Amino acid sequence: MDFDLSKAQKLLQQSARDFFARECKPERVRELMASETAFDDKLWRDMADQGFTGLTIPEEYGGLGLSLVDLIAVTEEMGRSCLPGPFISTLWAAILIERAGNEGQRKQYLEPIAAGDLKATVALLEESGEWNPAAVMLAAIKDGKEYRLRGTKHYVSDAAIADVIIVVARENTDLVLLPVERGAAGIKITETPAIDATRKLYTVEFDNVAIPESNALALTTKTKEAVEAATDVATVALCAEMLGGMVWTLDTTVEYAKTRQQFGKPIGIYQAVQHQCADMFNFTESARSAIYYAAWAVAENDPSAKLAVSVAKSFCSDAAREVGNRGVQVHGGIGFTWEHNIQLYYKRAKSSEILFGDANYHREKIAEKVVDELEG
Amino acid sequence: MDLNLTPEEQRFRDELRAWLAANVPQPFAGGTNEEEKGEYFNFLRAWQRKVFDAGWAGISWPKEYGGRGAALIEQAILTEEWARAEAPPLINALGLSLIGPTIIAVGTPEQKSRFLPKILSCEEIWCQGFSEPNSGSDVASLATKATIDGDHFVVNGQKIWTSLAHVADWVLLLVRTDPNVPKHKGITALLVDMHSPGVTVRPLKQMNGDASFNEVFFDNVRVPMANVLGEINKGWSTAITTLMNERAHLGTGTYVAFKRNYDQLIAHTRQMKRNGRPVSKDPVIRQKLAQAFMELEIFRLTNTRALSKMQNQHVPGPENSILKIQWSEYNQRFQQIAMETLGPVAQLQGFDGGKWVYDFLRTRANTIEAGTSEIQRNIVAERVLGLPKSY
Repeated sequence: MDFDLSKAQKLLQQSARDFFARECKPERVRELMASETAFDDKLWRDMADQGFTGLTIPEEYGGLGLSLVDLIAVTEEMGRSCLPGPFISTLWAAILIERAGNEGQRKQYLEPIAAGDLKATVALLEESGEWNPAAVMLAAIKDGKEYRLRGTKHYVSDAAIADVIIVVARENTDLVLLPVERGAAGIKITETPAIDATRKLYTVEFDNVAIPESNALALTTKTKEAVEAATDVATVALCAEMLGGMVWTLDTTVEYAKTRQQFGKPIGIYQAVQHQCADMFNFTESARSAIYYAAWAVAENDPSAKLAVSVAKSFCSDAAREVGNRGVQVHGGIGFTWEHNIQLYYKRAKSSEILFGDANYHREKIAEKVVDELEG
Repeated sequence: MDLNLTPEEQRFRDELRAWLAANVPQPFAGGTNEEEKGEYFNFLRAWQRKVFDAGWAGISWPKEYGGRGAALIEQAILTEEWARAEAPPLINALGLSLIGPTIIAVGTPEQKSRFLPKILSCEEIWCQGFSEPNSGSDVASLATKATIDGDHFVVNGQKIWTSLAHVADWVLLLVRTDPNVPKHKGITALLVDMHSPGVTVRPLKQMNGDASFNEVFFDNVRVPMANVLGEINKGWSTAITTLMNERAHLGTGTYVAFKRNYDQLIAHTRQMKRNGRPVSKDPVIRQKLAQAFMELEIFRLTNTRALSKMQNQHVPGPENSILKIQWSEYNQRFQQIAMETLGPVAQLQGFDGGKWVYDFLRTRANTIEAGTSEIQRNIVAERVLGLPKSY
């Protein structure tokens, strides 16, 4: 048993750390955050050159065919740099296409995603904000050889720069997955400014948007399972990104506590400050244990995988926010300013807390498994 | 990362699982009165003897001293199997997790062969004499003194909060042997026979009615020079070895008890009804039970990760530093959640033999014993994060 990244994974992580430290400095994050879509095409293409956009895409579709454990080594570094843009959205869509699409669809979408030529996202949530795919109500009405989409999706990440949006819709009792190209007739995308301007959210309205039946990803009852499986993978990747944010916040706060003087001494000499930092460390390393295990369990199809994902996300959702709280507190007044970079990470932690379900949502999923399972 | 068991680890687990299935005794919780506790103690002592005879005690200890010479990670497998089989804990906990590993690390060959097998077999029960009335968290300020008289040390002074001293045969004792040097430098570690003339044990009754902590008085107690563990006046490094083991390993046994209590609580929630439905269906209670499960998992995984790091890289990783904080604080929160979940009946001594009352109160000590939570946070801040020393 070896409960750590391998040598090769550590090398991959180091090269990612160097790349993002060079290409995604805080000044760049701030520029992108102020831009309309928080997207930088050159940065995206450079990421593709590094292989990041196709890391887990099978080699036959131009990716590197690596595992989820390799991926989290990289997404942790994205989080450390607070990387703006559609990486998690595109990853989520790519896994869904790989799970649910046919051979032609995989080729059609995964190859350009791996090459950095295509960005994507998934439209799942509706007005209720429920992450459970069973709650999807948006209508896909069969009209001859076409589906007609009518309704509204909310909280869709990166919709304005996604070349394709995978829409989770309902046809009677079944769910269908319909890829909609940006610019399709009848689609309207509106930004809904939210707490984290580095990962923008949109409302997407569908007014009788026509999609050929043959474009649908999976016309089987396995649709819900495919959405859940893709969401599990994306959730673990997001947790690792959250971990990177926690590591940045901890490192930056400890450094500040060593240098900032009050009463003639560095504030880090005071136990009240030391204990805040020790708690941040505890949250960070505990999150790492949970994420590593979840990534391994999902990659290996271990029977404990779904439970491990919910344990990781419920822990990270609260921990990332709490690490941010402690970090801002130790920084004092400067930590509350627009000028200090801790705000970028704090806002990202808050948006990631909600993405793919917050701690309450995942605790209910845990309860379904450990409190209910043996019942009856 | 590879969390699959190697064929060797798999064999270890299968063999252990089969042995536990055939040998775990019927549940016997003991009780909270003195007579029942004595009975429980004998039950646990007999159980550890059985475990030792089958070769499962001290699995990572060298074979020549009765261990198994197994890899550290097998300790994690053992813990999980123990919890799964609902096997009773091993009573000689301090000997197994603190004193034995310290003797292995710094003891003489004679000390190793004399003491180690008897720790494993439970023939000799051990306690740890570090704390004193005026030196709690500041262990190095201890005042119990020992002076040389021929080939013996003569010990005078008092220890306190000494778990298991009332049943112990031996104590790992820290004494001051040179009062004229800085406090960390004049300390010696001694292996002392608790049956020596001049040793008096006085139990301290705790808030949960139990008396597992004691005051121990030393009045001209003679200890042979051969029982110095490590070097004279260099006992602080011996103490640090023990304290590191304490932080790393005490929680292993805690996981087994914690998991058993969790499973028992879940079983109750399915049977008990409140507001016309099983307690397990109450949405607020479900959130809390899920949180407790998550914390139990975080502790298990952090512990496994720490063992893996020590086995593969031969150095403790940062995760070691937070294990004490985790098990003590998670266990306290779990006991609070258990009381809330069970409702008013949880407070009764007549419900489950008073188990929930007893455990709820007992966990108050978790964040004080084995180094307070405050001390643990100081250690993380200074030794792991490199913040300036505050004391």
